[in-house]
This record gives sequence, C-alpha cells and structure tokens, in this order.
Amino acid sequence: MKIDFDWKPLALVPLLALGVLPFIGSGSTWLTLTVAGLAMGMIIFIIASGLTLIFGLMDVLNFGHGVFIALGAFVATTVLGLMGDWTGSAELWRNLLAVFVAMLVAMAVSGAVGLAFERFIVRPVYGQHLKQILITMGGMIIGEELIKVIWGPQQIALPLPEALRGAVLLGDSAIEKYRLLAVLVGGAVFALLAWTLNRTKIGLLIRAGVQDREMVESLGYRIRRLFVGVFVVGSALAGLGGVMWGMYQQNVVPQMGAQVNVLIFIVIIIGGLGSTGGALMGALLVGLMANYTGFLLPKVALFSNIALMVAILLWRPQGVYPVANR
Amino acid sequence: MSSELLKLDSVHTHIGAYHILHGVDLVLPRGELTMLLGRNGAGKTTILRTIMGLWHASQGSITFGERDITRLATPDIAGLGIAYVPENMGIFSDLSVKENMLLAARSARRASQMDEQRLKWIFSLFPAVEKFWNHPAGKLSGGQKQMLAVARSIVEPRELLIVDEPSKGLAPAIINNMIDAFGELRATGTTLLLVEQNINFAKRLGDRVAVMDNGRVVHAGAMQAFADDEELQHKLLGLAI
Repeated sequence: MKIDFDWKPLALVPLLALGVLPFIGSGSTWLTLTVAGLAMGMIIFIIASGLTLIFGLMDVLNFGHGVFIALGAFVATTVLGLMGDWTGSAELWRNLLAVFVAMLVAMAVSGAVGLAFERFIVRPVYGQHLKQILITMGGMIIGEELIKVIWGPQQIALPLPEALRGAVLLGDSAIEKYRLLAVLVGGAVFALLAWTLNRTKIGLLIRAGVQDREMVESLGYRIRRLFVGVFVVGSALAGLGGVMWGMYQQNVVPQMGAQVNVLIFIVIIIGGLGSTGGALMGALLVGLMANYTGFLLPKVALFSNIALMVAILLWRPQGVYPVANR
Repeated sequence: MSSELLKLDSVHTHIGAYHILHGVDLVLPRGELTMLLGRNGAGKTTILRTIMGLWHASQGSITFGERDITRLATPDIAGLGIAYVPENMGIFSDLSVKENMLLAARSARRASQMDEQRLKWIFSLFPAVEKFWNHPAGKLSGGQKQMLAVARSIVEPRELLIVDEPSKGLAPAIINNMIDAFGELRATGTTLLLVEQNINFAKRLGDRVAVMDNGRVVHAGAMQAFADDEELQHKLLGLAI
C-alpha cells in the first residue's frame, strides 16, 4: 500500500511567489515583499490556527475570535508600557524579553477570557450554527466595548522595541527585523502545534475528535474537557497573534479583531476547516497575495484574497487539506 | 456475581419527535454471545446507541452488572468496560492504524506502552492490522477497516463488546475470519452483543438470539432453538428459507 503525501498545496506558495516575480521586475523589491508576505502570513496563521481547531473539533463558528486578537494587543500595550526601560534599551535581549513577557501575559489573559467566553456564550449554543454566529458576534461587540471602557476608544500606539526597529540589508533588499521575528515566532508556533498534534496523545485525541467526536466519546474520553482546553488554547493563540499583529501595525484599535476576522475566515476556509497544516498554507498564501497585490494593483488588494479563496475552492471545494469525515 | 451482565428494562427511546424504542426488555447473560436480529428499521441500532448513552432512554432502565447506566454519559459507560463498534465502523481515516489502536488503549500514552502480548494476540486474529500498522486507516479496504474496528475495540480487555453489523459488505473469507475472532473472544469470557442481518452468520456464532420488530424485542431465547424453527424465522424475519 502506497502512502502518498499531497504535495500540490505545498507547491502553491512557491508557485505564487515565483509567478509574480516577472511582474514585480526588481528582485530586491520582490524579496522585500515576499518576506513581508510571509511575516504577515505567519501572524495570521497564529491567529487562525486556534480558530480552525475550534471549528474542526467543536463545530463552533466563533465569529467572536477577533475579540481575543484585540484583547491580546491591548494587554501588550499595557505590559510593554510598564516595561518602558526594557523596550527602550538598545540591547536586543532586553527587548526580546519584554516582548516575550507581553506575549505570555496576553496569552494568559486571552485564554482566561476564552474560558469564560466558552462557558457563558458558546456552551449554550453547541450544535446550533445560526445561534453561534449571532451570539459570538454579539460577544465580540461586547468585548470591544469592554476594551474601550478599559483602554479608551482611541487608537493606541504600539511601537516596536528599540532593537527591533529598522531593517537588515540582504543585497539590495531591506528586510524589516520585526518581520523576521514574526516568521520565527510563527514557525515556532507551527512546530509546537505540529508536535503536539502529531506526537502526543492529546494531539491524537484532537485529530480524532475533529473527524468523529462521537467515536472519541465511545472510546471513553470526555470530549467536552478537550473542547474547553482547545477553546482556551485557541483564544490564547489569538491573543498572541494580536500582540504580533499590533506590533506589525504599530498601533492598536478596539475594532482590530473585526478587521482581521475576515482574513482569518478566508484562511481557514482555504486550508480546509479543522486542518492546521491547511491553515498555514492558507495564511501564507493570503499574506503573500495581500503584499503582492498591494504593490502591483493596490485598488484590487482588498478583493484579491476573496478571489484567491474562490479560485482555491473551485480547485478543491473543501480546502487544500480537507479533514476526513467532515 | 449475577449471571446477567446487561439488562434493559422497558426502555423507550425518542429521537426528536420520533418514538423509536417502545419498551425494550433484553438480558445479556455474562460470557455469552447474543445476536440481535430484525428487519430494517426495527430499532436494532437504536438499542446499541441507547446502551452507549449516545441517545438517552426516555423511560425504563439499563443496568450493567450492578450499576444503573441509564443516565450516564457515553465516556463513563465506555469506562465501565463496554466497547462499541458502530455500523460505519468509526475508523479515524486520517490517523494511522497504529494511532487508531493507541487511541482505544486508554491506559497507554505511547504505542510502546500498549500491552504487547495482547497486541500479538490481536495480530493473530487480524493479521491485516499488523501488516498495515503504520498506514493511514482511510486507505484500508472495507474488510480491513472492519477488522481494525473490532481489533481497536478489544485492544484492552472489555467486559462487553457490542458491534453493529460486523459482516455487512464483507467477503465470505473475511466473514469466516470474523466468526473465528468473535469465537475466540467469547472463549476469553467476553460477553458479546452483535446486530446482524446475515442470518447464516448469526446462526453459526450466536448462543442466544433476540429479534426486534417495531421497536420491541418480540422474541428472545437460545439460538439453537431459533435456528431449528424455520417457521418462527419466517414469521419474525420474513425469511424464505
């Protein structure tokens, strides 16, 4: 029996990147855009990975996922504000430590709020998609208003720490340092998720639960506890993504979650609902597409990711890596 | 210890607005293999799902050993020692054969922690499970998937094994393999409840038989007596023998 890995979706990322090279013309510009696209893609992946697992395992359409992004970003403004000496230092390790602390606190707060969100907003509407959409959107609106109460309605700057500003030169290309960090963090999150999902019993249960929840219960496992755990982790990842996204934009607004929501839903639909690997592919494609079209055809940049999703769904109606039994 | 392992007493089950089981009485003697027969739509699968807590009984009681399991959640029922193989086999097709087995081994966190002796015994019953150990379960044939489903259900000792249509769509050679495997399981003291449409399979394997019609058990007794009574078979199952 032959074990075949589906490599075609993997080829889409280099195909897209190489396909636009003749249109961009300049190699250095192309490299700058490509790294920017990969960095954006990795941040979107961090956010979307939690959402795709929540949908895949729990069959919950959580339109309130965006509120955890905003929450993570606002928590980061507070933490990094309190660590001004560390972020203002020219020493890279002090900057990184400050960002790391901000990430941890943002994840803890988003995870804790996610626990309450699951208990009081999502749990009463398990299995009812229409109600899930309405109530989670309502939850997001309430969350945004609470953020305004705590941090105010105005935009707050989230400047990069001193040593993470600027760019490194690679030939004629200027690669922003922060984007390299984003690629590294995204890669680390993916590696950790892949290890957990593929090498641990919890991961095995999650992968099995995505395919057939009822059978997992019939084998003696309490999938409700797994649901709660995945929801909390998904919310914490959204919080982490919010920190990364806020630093990428260098400012945060209470509505930022709603703004990113569309992108992350495109990503998880492209990837195949419930697929972490698919979410990575989808996020990288979306990140690259946004940057290339932003440079080549700025007027169609907003539409380009929708077009990308439509094209991929015409090729693979269930996404690039569909999860079996869904 | 009671000789009855599982007892259903006047069990009614509703699915939404539909009343499927209309007061089922059924007793499974410990260590015996009971065949549950009946026409399509008689309620056989609903009984199995009600026992497992996947659908809850609206009236009546289900007792496993000395314990009332009528209101227990599915994981708790499974935890008491009941293994269930649904009609669609419940194979996790994105996982490998090994991962499917590991999932069912609740006490093992890694494949290396599974009971080696028991695995060897399972491999002797179902060689395909060993042959395709690292392969994706979704790539197996229908018969191999059924073997995996049964192998998975017995990866750790269970008191009761319930299987929904184990011979459905299988080639005769694989059906014989299944009959041998269920026979060995019974010999180890495992109690079995199998839903079947294949009357010959049922006759070869069953100690006891229960026949359902319209959501009720309309006949229960020894399989031998049922097998010998062609008129009764014709009356209950509509078989032209």
